[in-house]
Amino acid sequence: MWDIIVQIFPYAIAYTIPLLLTALGGLYSERSGVVNIGLEGLMVVGFFGGALAISKLEAFLPGTAIWIGLLAAIIVGGLFALLHAFASINLNANQVISGTAINMIAGSLTIFLARHITGSGNIRIVHGLIRNDIPGLSQIPVIGKLFFTQTYATTWLSIAILLFSWFLLYKTAFGLRLRACGEHPQAADSAGVNVYRMRYIAVMTSGALAGLAGAVILVTYSGEFNGSVSGLGFLALAALIFGQWKPLGILGATFFFGLASTIANVSQAVPSLAQIPGIILKCFPYVVTLIVLVMFSKNSQAPKADGEPYDKGKR
Amino acid sequence: MKVKLNKDYLLALVAVVLGLIAGAILIAITGNNPLEGYFYLFRGGLMNIQRIGDTLATATPLILTGLSVAFAFKTGLFNIGAAGQMLIGGLCATAVGLSLDCSKPILLTLVVLSAILGGALWGAVPGYLKARFNVHEVVSSIMMNWIAYWAVYYIVPAYFKGQFLETESRKIPAAASLKVDWLMNLFNGSYINLGFFLAVIAVIVIAFILNKTTFGYELKAVGYNRFAAESAGIIANQSILLSMVLAGALAGLGGAAFYVGYASNIQIGVSPSQGFDGIAVSLLGLNSPWGVLFAAIFFGVLQSGKGFMNAMTSIPPEIADTIIATIIYFAATNILIERAWERLRKRKNKGSALKKDLKVDKVGGAE
Repeated sequence: MWDIIVQIFPYAIAYTIPLLLTALGGLYSERSGVVNIGLEGLMVVGFFGGALAISKLEAFLPGTAIWIGLLAAIIVGGLFALLHAFASINLNANQVISGTAINMIAGSLTIFLARHITGSGNIRIVHGLIRNDIPGLSQIPVIGKLFFTQTYATTWLSIAILLFSWFLLYKTAFGLRLRACGEHPQAADSAGVNVYRMRYIAVMTSGALAGLAGAVILVTYSGEFNGSVSGLGFLALAALIFGQWKPLGILGATFFFGLASTIANVSQAVPSLAQIPGIILKCFPYVVTLIVLVMFSKNSQAPKADGEPYDKGKR
Repeated sequence: MKVKLNKDYLLALVAVVLGLIAGAILIAITGNNPLEGYFYLFRGGLMNIQRIGDTLATATPLILTGLSVAFAFKTGLFNIGAAGQMLIGGLCATAVGLSLDCSKPILLTLVVLSAILGGALWGAVPGYLKARFNVHEVVSSIMMNWIAYWAVYYIVPAYFKGQFLETESRKIPAAASLKVDWLMNLFNGSYINLGFFLAVIAVIVIAFILNKTTFGYELKAVGYNRFAAESAGIIANQSILLSMVLAGALAGLGGAAFYVGYASNIQIGVSPSQGFDGIAVSLLGLNSPWGVLFAAIFFGVLQSGKGFMNAMTSIPPEIADTIIATIIYFAATNILIERAWERLRKRKNKGSALKKDLKVDKVGGAE
């Protein structure tokens, strides 16, 4: 059993990280009061932007091209999120519909462009990230084997972003203001916070993180842009709620999804798991999410003004 | 009231035009001629009676998923789960079609009913969770989509495996198909099937329910203001549950129209795109049943013409989806168009004072 865990652990982590980044993006957006159902599309945009940048650059700049690609994904994700920010902050549009439009535009536009560029609609990169053992730490018994061997650099970057986000949202004045915009924007406004600006920053951050997540998928386990992140953005949204809009909760929820999906994926190769019907393993995370949502429904920690356009005149 | 309706339709039309312009810009960016592209796109959807039949067949599931989304929307619910409801509807229809052996009228009735029931069940879960536990229907519907996806993924190969491919079911017998000879002959052998008529009947029934019945009135009241409706004695939870059940039933019927009408088997590992496109159809159709019908047929033209366009030019077929997505973004942000429109109208009303107004505007700057 231990061997199995050690074997599948790196895969579970690799699957968790994009979810974690995207859900953190959703955290910024929803904490500021904007529901961002477009996370899926923003991931696709980052996936595309990263693939395009890396495929064009890796011939001249082997190694650094990957990092430029990640940066490109952050930028295009953030810029694309402006569409959602403009619609939901300035125009009081229905945020769910605007987000759905983002998903649809991203899904079709990126394939349209990719097909124009490569002909097939897929963009392949030659080199992804290489897994590394962390010197010293990987020698620690038990933990070292699980957490510090065969890791991607992006994993550590993501953990850093998680810690930074926690610090920013809960320990700084900026974070307090951002959260105030999602709880009671009128009160925040009367305290001198520019609600519109805060929400813009938050939505763009969510786009940047979702974009980064899309590129992380590319450089870790995918290696090829194919126009879809197969529902990970929606799963991240569920993880955000599952984690009750808290950074550590999100970490737990995304890791749960990552582990459950990995177990379902490798079940055929592991005799003790192969006895369980595949349909149960595959549906397990979704059913658990439904049950958890029901359990949390009594005292949901959702930001109070989540999804409501800010109306200055309202009290 | 009439004036307001006209304005709404006009806004929808403006969104369509803006979407087409955005598409034209994209076509131009990729080095093609937009006019040529659109010519082939619409020609591909409408050039002869067979193509028109194909367009209507493509539109059929869209009408039903659009109707599903629009109906839930009237009660203030966002049914993002039409894809899953459609899948389960299709699975039930395929299962009944492959398992039972009786005459066509009976079998077809059972096939359609099973699809409706399957979809209704899939819609009932988010509806119940929303009504009883206040779980947001968007997240629970997405979970139900995935459960439907994996259910089809495992059930089809286990019980209805295709003759040649593991990834699809066996072909359903002709007696279980919504395709009928006289209709195909009428349209020169196109894909059109009885599903289209079922969809039109559904449009009429839903329009009747929403506009002429107490039940429909209650659903809309809950959608406008749940608390006001409750204080007027409407049981909001019941309305929410029933609204999702009916929305699911419509999407389930859409599954029958697609999997045993347009197609003749069900494939695994594919989530039907009509689920999300239904949201677009509903939005462009202003959530009204008749609007949904026309919006779906318009999208049907784009979807069925894109292959022809791609064959005749070098424009990637995804342009159709891009145009649809852009239209939805413009429809969602139509307040921008509305503001411009209001401004224009004010100026028109002032008539001769136009020049003066302009000056005032300039002096006043941005309000």
